[in-house]
Amino acid sequence: MDISSVFFALVTVVAIVSALMVVTCKNPINSALSLVLTFFCLATYYAMLNAPFMAAVQIIVYAGAIMVLIVFTIMLLNIRVDANKKGSHQVALGSVMGIVTLLLTGLILTRGKVSQPVGGITSDMINKLGHTELIGKVMFTDFLLPFEVTSILLLVAIVGAVILAKRKLS
Amino acid sequence: MDNLNNYLIVSAVLFSIGTIGVLTRKNAIVMFMCIELMLNAVNLTFVAFSRHLGNLDGQIFVFFIMTVAAAEAAVGLAMFIAFFNNRESIDIDDANLMKW
Repeated sequence: MDISSVFFALVTVVAIVSALMVVTCKNPINSALSLVLTFFCLATYYAMLNAPFMAAVQIIVYAGAIMVLIVFTIMLLNIRVDANKKGSHQVALGSVMGIVTLLLTGLILTRGKVSQPVGGITSDMINKLGHTELIGKVMFTDFLLPFEVTSILLLVAIVGAVILAKRKLS
Repeated sequence: MDNLNNYLIVSAVLFSIGTIGVLTRKNAIVMFMCIELMLNAVNLTFVAFSRHLGNLDGQIFVFFIMTVAAAEAAVGLAMFIAFFNNRESIDIDDANLMKW
């Protein structure tokens, strides 16, 4: 067993335990901090998958921006620990649905076939040219229109957030 | 490729944990965080496949998913604040105006 698979197992254990803590913690702040830990584990996976730029973006955007927004909202609303969880039958039903989802994905994983590599991006190329440059080239040539449409999405989100959160003037 | 399967299994487990969270929790913000967890599980699948297939398109999709998640965070949290101002609660069972 080489060092990379040991490291993979370690990161996996941390990721799954912290994901379970997101679901089980009673205090929303604890859930949020566990979610940050999960995001860091995912960034580690991206780095292991030879995608360092994605790892950086994961930490900056998710752990940096989105989680700060969520923690800010939790603290702003001063939410108490929610003592009243859903009824036990709802918990049981939800857990059954989750396990069914896991079994379905497992079925697809065991039955499905993955094609052989189709593109020309190898790890040598990533190391030589740099991941950011390769991503940038694809994003601003093949995916230019979706990239521009994304800006409209963000504009709509900004306007929507302002409209929803503003105080009533009357 | 054995390596790809490991990542896909981790991703499936994270997605299922997120599903369980969305279905079993009452607190709207915790449900929201579980949805983020599901989105991240999908992102991991995209990056793993992108690496396996030697094609960067999957990683561009991860960018778009991150953008959607950011927009969702902005609008969703604004909705939670508006909801809290009306109902003094963030419990989804209190969102019952359209319930019959």
